[in-house]
Amino acid sequence: MSPVFVNAFIYLLCAVIAVPVAKRLGLSSVLGYLLAGIVIGRFGLGLIGEEGESVMHFAEFGVVMMLFLIGLELEPSMLWKLRIPILGLGGGQLVFTTVAFMALALLCGLSWQVSLAIGLALSLSSTAIALQSLQEKGLAGTVGGRSSFSVLLFQDIAVIPILAAFPLLATFSPESVASADHGEGGSAFHEWLSHQPGWVNTLMVLGAVVGIIVAGRFVVKPVLRLIARTRVREAFVAFALLLVVGIALLMDSLGVSAALGTFLAGVVLADSEYRHELEADIEPFKGLLLGVFFIAVGASIDFGLVVEKPWVIAGIVAALIFLKAAVLFGLGLLWKLKMDQRSLFALGLAQGSEFAFVLLGFGVSEGVFTTDLAQMLTAGVALSMGITPLVMIFEEKVLRKRFGTQETENRPADEMNENAPVILAGMGRFGNFIVRMLRHQGIESTVIDHDSDHIDMIRKYGMKAFYGDATRYDLLEAAGAREAKLLVIAIDNEEQIGQLIETARKHFPNLQILSRAMSMSHQYELIEKGIEYAVHQNSGSALQLAEHALVRLGRRSYQASRAARTFAKKDLERTHATVPFHRDQSAMIDVVRKQVAEMERQFERDQEEPNEELDKAWDTERIRNDLAEGRLPLD
Amino acid sequence: MAEIDGVTFHDLYEEYPDFYIDVEREKALLEGHDRIVWQHPLYWYSSPALLKQWFDVVLQYGWAYGPGGDALKGKTVKSVITTGSGPRSYDRKGHHRFTIDEFLRPFEQTAVLCGMVYEEPIVFFKALESEGDELAEAASTYHRWLSQK
Repeated sequence: MSPVFVNAFIYLLCAVIAVPVAKRLGLSSVLGYLLAGIVIGRFGLGLIGEEGESVMHFAEFGVVMMLFLIGLELEPSMLWKLRIPILGLGGGQLVFTTVAFMALALLCGLSWQVSLAIGLALSLSSTAIALQSLQEKGLAGTVGGRSSFSVLLFQDIAVIPILAAFPLLATFSPESVASADHGEGGSAFHEWLSHQPGWVNTLMVLGAVVGIIVAGRFVVKPVLRLIARTRVREAFVAFALLLVVGIALLMDSLGVSAALGTFLAGVVLADSEYRHELEADIEPFKGLLLGVFFIAVGASIDFGLVVEKPWVIAGIVAALIFLKAAVLFGLGLLWKLKMDQRSLFALGLAQGSEFAFVLLGFGVSEGVFTTDLAQMLTAGVALSMGITPLVMIFEEKVLRKRFGTQETENRPADEMNENAPVILAGMGRFGNFIVRMLRHQGIESTVIDHDSDHIDMIRKYGMKAFYGDATRYDLLEAAGAREAKLLVIAIDNEEQIGQLIETARKHFPNLQILSRAMSMSHQYELIEKGIEYAVHQNSGSALQLAEHALVRLGRRSYQASRAARTFAKKDLERTHATVPFHRDQSAMIDVVRKQVAEMERQFERDQEEPNEELDKAWDTERIRNDLAEGRLPLD
Repeated sequence: MAEIDGVTFHDLYEEYPDFYIDVEREKALLEGHDRIVWQHPLYWYSSPALLKQWFDVVLQYGWAYGPGGDALKGKTVKSVITTGSGPRSYDRKGHHRFTIDEFLRPFEQTAVLCGMVYEEPIVFFKALESEGDELAEAASTYHRWLSQK
């Protein structure tokens, strides 16, 4: 069998085992992949050896795809809005971190050229690890998440000039003429390009960027339309991949970050109607490749070197994490990020980057670093990437809880004594309707939400709002849970809803609990728990739409409205009736089958005799018959 | 009133805020009681809309009236009405030009058509302005009547 398949088998097996195990343990999938990589790597079971590096280069393509997907989520107007954080936070991060590492390297007695090169290479953070972790935890949309993204985007752009600057920092002639690592020397075009003056290269890059924007608008969209019309899904997937691969090739041949090119293409296509289709098609490839990438990172960690020079490597890792976190923390302070967002921002980006591997390899081939130095740095970067998920766990479980407390305790004291009759947990898409509707009736709610910016906005509208984790007893108490009548749960996480109900039941039995149910099974659970009221989060709006559909199909509005109510009532009865079985799938299937059969029988009966109560009441047909047959004494 | 033994207080607007009346439930309630009270304020010389809806959907042909429609036969019905105006305005020469009995004819005939006995209504005039003793007296009159076996 071809070694490709053997490798693929090992990697896929790793992914299938590591991720569920990591998730079970409450860890991020990134950590699962990394650990799996270490296990199968040279210093573990030795299932993959030297080829791990080439696999890593291949899998870096996952990062390219990720940036394409991120671009798809970001419309140009949104990107424009981010320009200040991108330049300010991103630029600041790069400059300060580079200076810090450079100073450290100088202290270690390295020349200024090598120190600068180290500073530049280590200033970059891992887009793959940081963004994947943020997205997985659902923190990508928070201020800290967006700030992280701005920095990462700036770094992606910065890679281009850094690569260009490296040859200038060379202090000795390269050890080998052609490096296998960045192996781009092959093409005649590249050969030609490398002999042109700098401005030609710059011009070509600009041309490529403009080309992507123009082609995206005027070529890709019509082609997408054309392909979509064929309704052959594979063709669409193929085109989506072609697009990403093509742009990556183009950018790569110009010596520019492929990730940046695809990101741009994504932004151009963000307002197209095929955005979601493209997302759905690329997503699994991205996920798999990133997984393989993380495994490869884990496998590439050189434990031999770690054992040989433990203190040097530990020093590099510590410097990577602490220096970076310190710089980011300072920037966050300058940028007036809230404490919790700041720690997320600082620790999420405190690791070396996959770009560092490229830069270090390139540096060796250009005569900037000695092989020894580059290997140590590479090991340090890989280790720091491996440690990030652990740091993030620390951030989530320890730091954020603590900062959350400070945030609320810093609020003025008079606002701690709340007396609104309603406490509302979660002020997102669901909660905001509730708050507004109650407010319209002159009923104040005390809102608890874990997004600090959200809270500030709510407060601007003059509503009472607390920052923090609603499942915490002390926060609920501060929000007036002893005096309030209702606890309305509008958060969108089943686990947290469960915790909140538990806490409220235990400490505040006076509260009636009304909750949003995330799904059918969740609704069952809530009913079982016996809370006062649980409503499926989508039932109301979906039934409204169905009712409207009936009207569009020609039913009278009143009839449609009654049909929707009949259905809602029957559905709720059915839900309550099936609560005892909901965990037992076979019993559930049995019950639902019986109900479907019953519904069909009912439908057949309806065909013969009207079941709508109004129709029965106004059953003129029957009265007409009775009249004709003289059963009614009417004149 | 809700606490009197044998009396079921059934607040239609509380039960059916969306006018979606559970007909089978209403029929069962009617079948389970001998005396029925239609208690409501006089809105535009008639009942509020939900009670009218109740007549429309609950009193079905073939159940409450018409051939085989004898489910309510022999029960008694009484209207208990509150009004804003005083008694003198419900008069030929008064503000409303007709008597309360005249306004309540549709209710009376509805009862009769369903084979029920329509009792003399109880009317509390000037309900909006009543307070104190007056209100207490009206309430106790009603209470006494309800408590009769």
